[in-house]
Amino acid sequence: MKIINPLLIVLVLIALAYAGVNAMGMTLLFGVVIPIVAFIVFLLGFITKVLSWSKSPVPFRIPTTAGQGKSLPWIKQAKLDNPSSTAGVLGRMALEVLLFRSLFKNTKAELTEGGMLAYGSSKWLWLGGLVFHWSFLLILVRHLRLFLEPVPALITFLEAGDSMFQMAFLPAFYLTDAAILLAATYLFLRRVVSPQIKTLSLPADYFAILLIIAIATTGVLMRYYYRVDVVAIKDLIRGLVTFSFNVPEGIGVIFYIHLFLVSVLAIYFPFSKLMHLGGVFLSPTRNLANNSRAQRHINPWNPDIKFHTYEAYENEFREKMKAVGLPVEKE
Amino acid sequence: MYDTGKIITGLVIFIAIVSFPFWGSFGGSTEAPKPVIKVSGQCIESADFMRANHMQLLDDWRNSVVRGDSATDRIYTSITYGTKHDKSLSSTGSSLVSSGEKQSCMSCHSNKEEFCDTCHDYASVKPYCWTCHIEPKENI
Repeated sequence: MKIINPLLIVLVLIALAYAGVNAMGMTLLFGVVIPIVAFIVFLLGFITKVLSWSKSPVPFRIPTTAGQGKSLPWIKQAKLDNPSSTAGVLGRMALEVLLFRSLFKNTKAELTEGGMLAYGSSKWLWLGGLVFHWSFLLILVRHLRLFLEPVPALITFLEAGDSMFQMAFLPAFYLTDAAILLAATYLFLRRVVSPQIKTLSLPADYFAILLIIAIATTGVLMRYYYRVDVVAIKDLIRGLVTFSFNVPEGIGVIFYIHLFLVSVLAIYFPFSKLMHLGGVFLSPTRNLANNSRAQRHINPWNPDIKFHTYEAYENEFREKMKAVGLPVEKE
Repeated sequence: MYDTGKIITGLVIFIAIVSFPFWGSFGGSTEAPKPVIKVSGQCIESADFMRANHMQLLDDWRNSVVRGDSATDRIYTSITYGTKHDKSLSSTGSSLVSSGEKQSCMSCHSNKEEFCDTCHDYASVKPYCWTCHIEPKENI
């Protein structure tokens, strides 16, 4: 059920866009209104969520100390695994965000036939995740060709690199198209094939990945199979980003399905696990320097205690103390 | 201690990146390109068909002309009009379908910069026609 329901939702979304555009001709709704609403919901939702996180206190340092901490000068520090400075933290975060270093250390526990517990290296999730996220990023950046006029040289360069193998398809085949479909399929099957991971998975896990697979599939079908009028599509998108909305005639329905699924993803984004896009930067076990012994970190919710020091006590009672012959520090 | 300041800095950077398509478009033209057609009359298929399928058509032509061995592989019959045409992008010589000169795509659409390039540049499409064919030199 937890796989069927998300799948049904995605199929209903596709049918909705198909019926809306093909049967009812609501191109303005699916081409302009929904994408604009989606962008606003995405942006405001994202900001609200991160601002709510930003109110959390950071009472002390809790980095995972995965190596030798800063110590005596002749003991070599593991600067990336146990950073003590901002530079070290930046390095650790960069490797985390760009190369998923924590996932690279993923292990797999297995009971051997003799009943021994054995741990082995398990890199497939890391590889699948890395390929998926990088393809997604490149595809996203590549789409800027439909937003900007003139198209910046960087985007053209990226496209040329992505389509360097001019093979089998027309127009030039993008490597990232194949990469994201393969990686997303692996990430989906992983949650189906392995009983342990299937138990841990929730409908939300399947929905996100199925929605992204549907987006990639409609994009691939639109580019290589159904063919749409790219110039008309760019007109529509240029209308969106310059606030001079117009809906050109004759754009294939596959484009509206693709756009609607992307809009749904954008609306869903701030309320889902996909917020790890912002959250990864706020991982306290990674983004804090291990400097607890070098610097004092004050807990922000400590109560404001009124201390009565001995000095103040003596000032208050000095005359009385002297009168009964008690020793005082200051005369 | 709170990290609100750092988080808001990051958030501002994020907003700047996400809204780039909007502020990056300031001052840009919103005019859709209009390819210039120098000659009057009709193409080998309807304009709508050509707009959607010209790349597929040219690709099919290339494959059938380069790999096919009979004369029929070099002749295209229009789906819309039923007329016969030489499969030719830019070559000249005697025609297989008429007694005169061969009519190629470039015979009518000789203005590559005003015709082909307007849309291709707009959509950032880089066709590789001219890696083999000799690119038409205009204004010479």
